[in-house]
Amino acid sequence: MRSTLKFAVPLAVAALALGACGTKGGETPAPGGTGGAAQAACDLKIGMFGALTGPNANLGIYIQNGVNLALDDYNKKHPNCKVTLENYDSQGLPDQAPALAKKAIDDKKVVGIVGPAFSGESKAADPAFNEAGLVTITPSATATKLSTNGWKTFFRALGNDDTQGPAAAKYIKETVKSTKTFVIDDASEYGKGLADIVRKDLGAQVVGNDTIQQKQTDFSASVTKVVSSGADTLFFGGYSPEAAPLIKQLRDAGWKGTFVVADGVKDQSYIDNAKDAAEGTIITCPCVPPDVAPDFQAAYKAKYNEDPNTYSGEGYDSATILLEGIAAGKDRESMLDFVKSYDKKGVTKQLKFDDKGESADIKVFAYKVEGGKIVGIGEIK
Amino acid sequence: MQYLLDNFFSFTITGLTIGAVYALVALGYTLVYGVLRLINFAHSEVFMFGTFAALWVVMLLGGKGGGSVGQVIFWVAMMFVAAMAMSGLIAVLLERVAYRPLRKRNAPPLIALISAIGASFVLAELMGLRSRVASWVGLDDNLRDYVRNSRNNAGMPTIIQPQPIFTIGGYHVTNVDILVIVGAIAIMVVLDQFVKRSRLGRGIRAVAMDPESAALMGVNRDRVIQVTFLVGGVMAGAAAVFYMLKIGITRYDAGFILGVKAFTAAVLGGIGNLRGALLGGFVLGLAENYGSALVGTQWKDVVAFVLLVLILLFRPTGLLGESLGKARA
Repeated sequence: MRSTLKFAVPLAVAALALGACGTKGGETPAPGGTGGAAQAACDLKIGMFGALTGPNANLGIYIQNGVNLALDDYNKKHPNCKVTLENYDSQGLPDQAPALAKKAIDDKKVVGIVGPAFSGESKAADPAFNEAGLVTITPSATATKLSTNGWKTFFRALGNDDTQGPAAAKYIKETVKSTKTFVIDDASEYGKGLADIVRKDLGAQVVGNDTIQQKQTDFSASVTKVVSSGADTLFFGGYSPEAAPLIKQLRDAGWKGTFVVADGVKDQSYIDNAKDAAEGTIITCPCVPPDVAPDFQAAYKAKYNEDPNTYSGEGYDSATILLEGIAAGKDRESMLDFVKSYDKKGVTKQLKFDDKGESADIKVFAYKVEGGKIVGIGEIK
Repeated sequence: MQYLLDNFFSFTITGLTIGAVYALVALGYTLVYGVLRLINFAHSEVFMFGTFAALWVVMLLGGKGGGSVGQVIFWVAMMFVAAMAMSGLIAVLLERVAYRPLRKRNAPPLIALISAIGASFVLAELMGLRSRVASWVGLDDNLRDYVRNSRNNAGMPTIIQPQPIFTIGGYHVTNVDILVIVGAIAIMVVLDQFVKRSRLGRGIRAVAMDPESAALMGVNRDRVIQVTFLVGGVMAGAAAVFYMLKIGITRYDAGFILGVKAFTAAVLGGIGNLRGALLGGFVLGLAENYGSALVGTQWKDVVAFVLLVLILLFRPTGLLGESLGKARA
């Protein structure tokens, strides 16, 4: 008996240690720079704030890849004065965001943040960034309300749901030619906001509504509602961990309509998990398809051995703005004015912000799942 | 209300399907509670490991949609073998590592409860960090498909294409629905008979009724407890297969919510009572679906738990309310 305990205790301790190092380390590659080579005034950092582990990690990692690419470019040009990347892995959870924001603010070397990546965590963390005067450029958070809080440090390098939502509704009406649309949201800041816009724009053709919970896996009640409503199209406002089982169970129940989702589902894991059921899914996204910027696409492919994915380009652009600020000798305080007056062409679009921090140049694209891949099918005009 | 009535059979059948999974997992809680008076909170992780075993064996055998009938039967059979073996093994290990040492020292029940919760976290995180575990033992290249994105959803190909078999009240009952419901009931009948008739089953009942007298009568208590955990684990393995056939997607934390639901089902039916677990599972599955239909899907957990509280107010021992030791077994 004693021997069992002797065996069990170290095992339990080892298992705990394993858990601990897992949550801290994250599954992220080391940043592009060498790190630690501190020189006076040359050891500035930019932050990457988003889900790098957890169920939504892919969306964070696609952005991080773009950011790392921008860093590589910068550090190649400035070999004597490298910038390093500090990762703030929120797992996309709003309740973790404020503590991470404080960590970033307390690190005086951090002069700007790419992120927070999701809308919920942005809402939780951005007030602190605003108070501290630390610039954030989000490459992916699309909830409209974010720019209406008077946060002077908030910048958004893409369109918001006020552009994405109507574009999705337009696509459903004009291209899918749906007459009976069912709308489901996941009650999140992002999903509900988007779904509500689609509901409003589609008006009377919405034949039913439902709200699911994040982390839910059994959607049988929602499936029954969709099937019995006779809907020819389903719009889902939410993320891929729920979208995959939802469409799988709908297809299993024999529903043949068109599944329309937004950028939160534009993630390879959606197809990996939903498999054949994902075929034909329409995904709207204010993100630019990779072939719009062939140079960026080639550089990305050379480094990561795959095409740029959702918001990789926006991540690259956001980081580039901050890095140019560093090159121009800006610190945390003066970075704000630098970003405000920035006006250059990036890989995704003309990078320029209006007085609310919104991108001045916005496009929404439609994508489709075909043969197990997400392919661009053109801009929604 | 009219809406629920119009789609009554659809909500009923799908509710029974998920209820069958709850019921099978609930058996594990109920069995262990019956003999040890302990809530094995790590049982949800026993189920979760079963879902992964089922997924991995399908990946290993190259299972995919559109296989011939023989192939599909072989794949499903292998899913059962793998998931039951994995879940049974984890359950037995759990007993050896997390509970037996405490029992030997006469630790109070509260300590065992903490140990159960700790074991649950350890098991869930081990699965969530499996890519790292694989890289420590140097197998990450060989096992890439099995361990990558270890904190994300992992999906299984649809090996049984759902086909409507017959239609009832406008709902097409599929082969998967029938397989899950009938399969779960069949497994539970076998278990019921095992506990009622076999020598080991008698031992389980004897220990549940009075551990000390049972020991005096020559029942090996440790062995009985081990068998109880094994049987509970095997049931969770079967539940895992049905879950993967119906839902098809799992994750390292997939056990948590389902475990809470299954525990609820066990309490609802009367914890310690095998038939109560079955009834509790089905009632909970139906309550969730009817609740979703009446007041919206986001309220389904609220409806289910309000029902639990109401039933316990009037029947504090649950619907069937007898313990494993009593004659009904």
